[in-house]
Amino acid sequence: MARALINVPARAKRGEVIAIKTLISHVMESGFRHTSDGVRVARDIITTFDCTYNGVEVFHADLYSAIAANPFITFHTVATESGTLVFKWTGDNGFSATESVTIQVE
Amino acid sequence: MSAENGVTRRDVLRHAGAATLAIAVVRPPIGEAESAPAAMQEAIRKIVGDAKINPGKVKLDVPPLVDNGNVVGCAVTVDSPMTAADHVKAIHIVNEKNPQANVISVRLGPRAGTPAIATRIRLADTQEIMAIAELSDGSFWSDRANVIITLGACLED
Repeated sequence: MARALINVPARAKRGEVIAIKTLISHVMESGFRHTSDGVRVARDIITTFDCTYNGVEVFHADLYSAIAANPFITFHTVATESGTLVFKWTGDNGFSATESVTIQVE
Repeated sequence: MSAENGVTRRDVLRHAGAATLAIAVVRPPIGEAESAPAAMQEAIRKIVGDAKINPGKVKLDVPPLVDNGNVVGCAVTVDSPMTAADHVKAIHIVNEKNPQANVISVRLGPRAGTPAIATRIRLADTQEIMAIAELSDGSFWSDRANVIITLGACLED
């Protein structure tokens, strides 16, 4: 399981726009590099990232080889209600990681 | 030099100079998608289809000079009220000289509140990158930035 760091405020006012920062450890091997013997290194990247807020998708990203190792993504969402934010990364070679964070909205 | 066939060296030089000038004038100004190389053009066409890309509304924030192309901080903000009627649907980043033109494609909605994203990207060479935003009314807006890279990504083993 890849290590993921997620920064979401623990509590927020209803209707407030909150910033969400996510980082996951992953090599993001581009598939364009060669070893010293000239063999191409197979691509191994995270291809999609999703964030759902109480089951509703609020953010989706398609990543390509040009994303740096250990993908760091920040975005925003409106704190509508207390609940759970679920973050899901999927990628090559069956890579999948899920994290969830609860938020208190008052 | 003798004037063979009535054409002097001076004539040849004068016409060559005029031709160069004409090419320089005809080339479209940077700021429109037309000046991009083929791979980037194709990636842009895939994103926008036949729609027109307008400059403005989008702000692409990248450092102008970068030591290490493996990690380049990159932020995009779009000027939009993010209401149900008028919001940003998607943000795309494309580059000019990496082996693959796409960098990231993001899907947003009115629940994003603020249309602002940030990530870290790889750049293989000194080049221009472009951010394209698709609004809910179907229009596309863009911003471009030039980045000078001292050490490009993808070079080491």
